[in-house]
Amino acid sequence: MQPAAEVATGVRAGPPPPVGPPPRRSGTDRREWLLAAALLLPNLALLTLFVYRPLIDNFRLSFTDYNISSPTGATPVGTANYVEWLGRDDTRTILGNTVVFTFATVLISMVLGLALALLLDQKLRGRNVVRSLVFAPFVVSGAAIGVAFQFVFDPSFGLIRDLLTRVGASTPDFFQDTGWALFMVTTTYIWKNLGYTFVIYLAALQGRRIDLDEAAEIDGASPWTHFRRVLLPQLRPTTFFLSITVLLNSVQVFDLIYAQTRGGPVGTGTTTLVFQVYQETFVNMRAGYGATVATIMFLILLAITFVQVRVMDRGSTA
Amino acid sequence: MSTHLQVSQGDRHRTPLMSVAGYAAMIVVVLVIAVPLFWILITSFKERQDIYVRPAQYWPSPATTDNYRDTVTSIPFPAYFRNSLIITALLAAAKITLGVLSAYALSLLRFPGRNLVFLVVIAALMVPNQITVISNYALIAQLGWRNTFQGIVIPLAGVAFGTFLMRNQFLSLPGEIIEAARLDGAGPMKLLWRVVMPMSWPTLVAFSLITVVNEWNEYLWPFLMSDNEKTAPLQVGLTLLQNNEGGNNWGPVMAGTVLTVLPILILFLFLQRQMIKGLTAGAVKS
Repeated sequence: MQPAAEVATGVRAGPPPPVGPPPRRSGTDRREWLLAAALLLPNLALLTLFVYRPLIDNFRLSFTDYNISSPTGATPVGTANYVEWLGRDDTRTILGNTVVFTFATVLISMVLGLALALLLDQKLRGRNVVRSLVFAPFVVSGAAIGVAFQFVFDPSFGLIRDLLTRVGASTPDFFQDTGWALFMVTTTYIWKNLGYTFVIYLAALQGRRIDLDEAAEIDGASPWTHFRRVLLPQLRPTTFFLSITVLLNSVQVFDLIYAQTRGGPVGTGTTTLVFQVYQETFVNMRAGYGATVATIMFLILLAITFVQVRVMDRGSTA
Repeated sequence: MSTHLQVSQGDRHRTPLMSVAGYAAMIVVVLVIAVPLFWILITSFKERQDIYVRPAQYWPSPATTDNYRDTVTSIPFPAYFRNSLIITALLAAAKITLGVLSAYALSLLRFPGRNLVFLVVIAALMVPNQITVISNYALIAQLGWRNTFQGIVIPLAGVAFGTFLMRNQFLSLPGEIIEAARLDGAGPMKLLWRVVMPMSWPTLVAFSLITVVNEWNEYLWPFLMSDNEKTAPLQVGLTLLQNNEGGNNWGPVMAGTVLTVLPILILFLFLQRQMIKGLTAGAVKS
């Protein structure tokens, strides 16, 4: 995420280190070196022990039949877990769920967030109140929203059913129908995240160059041309930043799906890769296979991020 | 973005049509966000038989606080609340301290390999939690730390994003002031406390707020680490409540949800500007 953030902030490492090194005795340098080590060591130790070590260990475990409840025995099984993953029936379902959930979230929350930001980028009464309200769900936990929205979507007595009945429509079975269940978790997550994309786009719009707007006005550009040729190119770093952060966040959603559907209905109705890692490791007691799914997910994420960075680089030099 | 000549005052294209569209969008989005929140709130004040009626009631009559009483007494909600406070306080203290110290070393101290160390710290942002839980779970279980606070807190205490945020802040400080303090003979730690920190409060506040919000909302790791009220935080307690009551008795579940999110929403109400700054940091330089 670092390149994303740097591109978007335009603070590329900030101003050069603000202090030109005055000539110093080596005693001072050594003391400064020791102090830096002391300040950094606890954090580095924690990251090494609980991020990088398990990342590598997870890779090792993916080639074993490890069981999380018997920490002693993990027999190497070669690539058996990977072969199993490629051949299993639920692999396609779960990959499909992950792709639908992730891309619907990224696309819809970014388009809606941008549209809302464009409409509210003018002096309107109550705009700040609306901004706070839209952002509020983003600070609330996914677990709480998942639990509460189960009742919003309840097909017998929920809010959605009541509203649909009032306009004479019938209510889909959000709890039993796999397609509608996936629709439910995706919609809930977009509802929670809209404030994030909206607020970031709004801030980016308010920091744009208005001399370009004026130039477009003088040239008599239509609103659409103005948007396409003037606004969108300026929003490019923001769009790039959002596409990466929203993607990384939505691929990792566990709490909301657990609270709302427990990965169901019908076993894997709303199971995504992340949820499958939990399910295989802690419910089916097959941590080796869970580690395999986690590794595959990590590689997919790395590949997508790499492609996004490349696309961004090409775009900015073109 | 850093090169804009003039900041838009938000009154471009003030055509009547755009104003009308703007107000229409505001009304739609308010309804979409507020109606479900309102629904959750009124359900938490309804009597049980009023929850299961068709068509639904949009105002609790009679209103009752029984659901809240049930939530607080029938499940150990006060214990979950206490656990959430402890976990959030410990993690926030650890992360803010480690983040500030790491950022300071990585921005204003000079030592060989500084950029490499910085890369090592922020590359951790690319590693999803889910890939580390299996191995971390095994390690913590072996130490006998399941259902303990140290088992929940220590594996989450490393800080990558906060280091990035604070380092950017420290690098943006005017070099002349820092140089002047150095020439006055201020040692590195005195420089941090007396010069660097006083100029960095807004960013530190934003960093602290997002840390509190994120740790309060943390789910997966505490959920795996704790299965009883000794250490489980509110979010985990809420899904346990849902296991016991959900479907048949939404009232207490909705009351539990309201109590779980209320502390964060109150914080948001008072400190939203700083919170938004922190949560959207990295995207737009304000």
